[in-house]
Amino acid sequence: MSPYEAILLTIITASTPLLLAAIGELVVERSGVLNLGIEGMMVMGAVCGFAAAHVTGSAWLGVLAATFAGIATSLLFGLLTQTLITNQVATGLAITLLGLGLSGLIGSGFVGLPGVKLANVSIPWLSDLPYVGRLIFGQDPLVYISIVLTVGVAYVLNNTRVGLIIRAVGQNHHSAHALGYRVVAVRYACIAFGGATSGLAGAYLSLVYTPQWIENMTAGRGWIALALVVFSTWLPERLAAGAYLFGGVWILGLYAQGMGIGIPSQLLSALPYIATILALVIISTNRRLSVINTPASLGQGFVPDR
Amino acid sequence: MQLILEKRAQASGLMNLLSPVLAILLTVIMGGLIFAAMGKPPLTALYLYFIDPLTSWWSIEEVLVKAGPLILIGVGLAVCFKANVWNIGAEGQFTAGALMGAIIPVLWGEWQSPFALVAMLFLGALGGALFAFIPAWLKTRFGVNEILTSLMLVYIAQLLLDWMVRGPWNDPHGYNFPKSASFEGWHLLPMWGDGRMHLGLVVSLVAALVLFWVMRHTLKGFEVNVVGSAPRAGAFAGFSQTKMVWFCFALSGGLAGLAGLIEVAGPVGQLQPNISPNYGFTAIIVAFLGRLNPIGVIFAGLLLAISYIGGEGVQIELGISDKTTQVFQGMLLFFILMCDTLILYRLKWISTQSSQQAIGDPS
Amino acid sequence: MLNKYNKNAQSTLLQVKSITKKFGEFYANDTINLSINAGRVHALLGENGAGKSTLVKMMYGALQPTSGTIHWQGNEVSIASPAHARDLGIGMVFQHFSLFEALTVVENISLALPPELRQGDLSHRIADLSQDYGLPLNPAALVADLSVGERQRIEIVRCLLQQPKLLIMDEPTAVLTPQEAQALFATLRRLVEEGCAVLYISHRLEEVKQICHDATILRHGKLVAEVDPQEETAATLAQLMVGASVHKVSRDNNDQVGDVLLELSNLYQNSSTPFGVDLVDVNLQVKSGEILAVAGIAGNGQGELFGVISGEECNPNQNAISLLGQAGDGLNINQRRCLGAAFVPEERMGHGAVEHLSLTDNILLSRHGCIDTHSPLDRGWLGIDKKQLAQLNQVIGADYDVRKSKEDAAAGSLSGGNLQKFVVGRELNRKPKVLVINQPTWGVDAGAAALIRQAVIDLSRQGSAILIISQDLDEIFELADTIAVMSRGQLSPIYAAGDLTREQIGLMMAGSHEQSDFNSNLDAGA
Repeated sequence: MSPYEAILLTIITASTPLLLAAIGELVVERSGVLNLGIEGMMVMGAVCGFAAAHVTGSAWLGVLAATFAGIATSLLFGLLTQTLITNQVATGLAITLLGLGLSGLIGSGFVGLPGVKLANVSIPWLSDLPYVGRLIFGQDPLVYISIVLTVGVAYVLNNTRVGLIIRAVGQNHHSAHALGYRVVAVRYACIAFGGATSGLAGAYLSLVYTPQWIENMTAGRGWIALALVVFSTWLPERLAAGAYLFGGVWILGLYAQGMGIGIPSQLLSALPYIATILALVIISTNRRLSVINTPASLGQGFVPDR
Repeated sequence: MQLILEKRAQASGLMNLLSPVLAILLTVIMGGLIFAAMGKPPLTALYLYFIDPLTSWWSIEEVLVKAGPLILIGVGLAVCFKANVWNIGAEGQFTAGALMGAIIPVLWGEWQSPFALVAMLFLGALGGALFAFIPAWLKTRFGVNEILTSLMLVYIAQLLLDWMVRGPWNDPHGYNFPKSASFEGWHLLPMWGDGRMHLGLVVSLVAALVLFWVMRHTLKGFEVNVVGSAPRAGAFAGFSQTKMVWFCFALSGGLAGLAGLIEVAGPVGQLQPNISPNYGFTAIIVAFLGRLNPIGVIFAGLLLAISYIGGEGVQIELGISDKTTQVFQGMLLFFILMCDTLILYRLKWISTQSSQQAIGDPS
Repeated sequence: MLNKYNKNAQSTLLQVKSITKKFGEFYANDTINLSINAGRVHALLGENGAGKSTLVKMMYGALQPTSGTIHWQGNEVSIASPAHARDLGIGMVFQHFSLFEALTVVENISLALPPELRQGDLSHRIADLSQDYGLPLNPAALVADLSVGERQRIEIVRCLLQQPKLLIMDEPTAVLTPQEAQALFATLRRLVEEGCAVLYISHRLEEVKQICHDATILRHGKLVAEVDPQEETAATLAQLMVGASVHKVSRDNNDQVGDVLLELSNLYQNSSTPFGVDLVDVNLQVKSGEILAVAGIAGNGQGELFGVISGEECNPNQNAISLLGQAGDGLNINQRRCLGAAFVPEERMGHGAVEHLSLTDNILLSRHGCIDTHSPLDRGWLGIDKKQLAQLNQVIGADYDVRKSKEDAAAGSLSGGNLQKFVVGRELNRKPKVLVINQPTWGVDAGAAALIRQAVIDLSRQGSAILIISQDLDEIFELADTIAVMSRGQLSPIYAAGDLTREQIGLMMAGSHEQSDFNSNLDAGA
């Protein structure tokens, strides 16, 4: 494998958790809900996925457990923001703080234990193709799932009735309610989807990226995923591009550290966070684009008249 | 039957007071259940957690020492959140304040005078405020969401601190441990009691009382309230949204920076990579539990300080991970948000006939 | 002339029997009986807050009655949801449209249709049907780009596609020019001839007399009369609605017009919101002792105009605003107040007043900026002078008849009319030299409207210059000395009120005065 292949491979590995978490949040936000709890859902997915895989020995059961952990955490968010109409920003923070604490508690018995790595899929012959073989046909299954999810979300949002309903609910919940759509139910479903993909993103960290449990191993990726959604102006195709760009920045920092050039390692570690801020600034200069695509009722609770 | 919310004609004053109590109660119950699930005696654990810290003077002092930064950061954030400005990067501003204030002991170690301490306090607040100006500028100039930028800056501040104490500001006599030289003399806050109590708590209480007056009685407090709850009415009143963002970040960043300086010039006594047990994030909970009211924040700060000390106690006595502290804090914020719903709404059972529609389809 | 005995008018379509709806302790509807027959236009009349909207929302399944029954074609039904109502054959056009700005016409319509009606080429069917009924629509257009009248067409077409037996229309002409309203009436007449029933909610009595066969009148949630509108006069109908004879606003001719106090010259302003309206070359003058009314359909730049004049949208880079003889462009709203100007925005709640704040706090909202009382309200660190605020509140409450549950109630607890009296009173109490009011009596009961209009006239006769922005032509003719019309961000020249007819204003509302796109394209190309 050539060095350039190796770099591209690691970039894909670094980008996939961002893409997974962000594609779910994109759907959540399109339905008019702002869930700032990605970091919390993701870290819960990571610890539950690791624990289940470690106990059962099956990485796939770990993935399943992570997904359910993400959904369960997201439904807590749904209960508060949709049923009890709490402030979505504060509730998202609560989910993050709770998730970080709870995962630490659950994971305290798993620190330093060997994990189970999700095996790569290797398509015979095709993965042996020069240059692109390993890259396109020899990834781990979650990479393919993330791509399928992205394409699926783009298709569903733009071409199906379900997508139309989600967009309608996100734009004007009063009108959607007046037409007889169950705003809260639609949003619950979207929130659960977001929880599932955040759980998957967490599983990716603890079952593929570094198959072990490390406290706070999400390291702010949930927040970067949130920034990516803003950066994408709520368009799945731009989201994917953004995620791979960010993965690239992340890996660039790691490689630069590895090569031991004279830049402080802390500066290189800070690159993804600095890049996030820069990306948000760049996208904001085209304000019209982001304003038009912004779901108009983003972050507002909905209580129907009775 | 189905449980629904019905909007109250007027916000319930009773629930406004009762909601934090209810939230604490629910947290305690859930906490007991978690302890039980872990196979620990729940009542003992809860006693160790919430009561034991108040049974000895030593631990009460510890609680007060921990409450200081929580209150100081919490009152700033309470004003911010009231104005609908979401600074969640107080942890970063805390770090920035500590770094900026440490310029004097690290670079001018020989300047020993009370003015040096005053200058440190000033620089601490300035450092926090300047660091908070980054998200404020990005928001007012480019319209970038302040939640994400202020949070990203937390990571950046921590990495900056890490670099400083390992690199330029590393203690030349410190055997390469990641820390600065220890602060001495007038570079430390006056201490009393058993040697842990310091000026910080007094500063926090004064800040809380001043902000209480400002929020309750002055035009500035009125402005915060109006801009936060009804932005268009704020524009009608001639209050500038932009200035409000700057004001909130200056205030909360300054107070967080001051808290950071007080922490390194007080209990910690030097710069090191870990100077905060998540004070900046816990203060978010403090602000909400205190109903975004500076007096309420004082009580909330004390309660969360107890949870820190209690968490340590439980860890020592029962061998439970100190992560329980974070779980308790998270649950507390969770339940307070939940109970706050009851201020504006009442719960009501209704028959289910109106909920028979198919999900998401009008036919 | 209306055909009173429509041949289709035999069968009772919908019957409401002693229906009651409570919100908390408040009776929005109190034991109301009503029956609607096929092939007739049935008017539902009442003041704002009389309970009309609540009643029809129950018929449409958007609200559930507290007690009482609804019968559809003779059978008792429980209408669980709007979808259920549509299944029965009930369609509704809301006063506030339930449309999605960033979706296309076809997407908007599709969202409201049951699966069997979504099949096939929906765009084509929309185009056909809208052509057929004289409601032209482009199915591919984005709703955000359409005028209010066009948006209403979407709502109507959306109902018609489902071939309703009963069409409910909530204040449909409030957003239409007189000409558009006539076109709508033609569509309604055709529908009725086809056997459809229409429930027509309005408080415009002339049009009720023009197109309705029956009329039911509500007052304070109760049914007060069922009448034949043909046998009533507008005055008797109004009396039934209001419950007392309507107070007529009195005005003498103003012959004391003085200096120009407010002037806009060549004002341009780009909208700060994505779906807003840009103001193009706006010119106007208001003199001391004069009331200028800006007429126009909502959403044609009136909100933006208000923002520019009040200083909420400040643009220091031009020299277009002159206020009491001074350049006003660079001044913020409080500086403009200090010069002697006062402003009343369209939205009472959330803009002119804050729902959860007390009335005294709401006074502070627009009165803290400059010293117009004997001592300052804002005393810096010493805090706000709450005693003085309480006195002001008492004076405003007494002078403008603000009815409230307690002296310093929360703004949100006041009825719409009382809150509007408070918000207007708060400004008039200062005796401003220039007053700008956007929709002075929108959604306000007749008593409050009369009080407000009289107060505005009285102020102008004391030498103030007043600018009213309104979409209510009755109100405009009652108040205005001069009239200009706004459409798509452009303002017509100013005419004396006596020189204009409703029809002329209607044409200008539709844009007859606008500079044509053709010319401006030529300019751009040159």
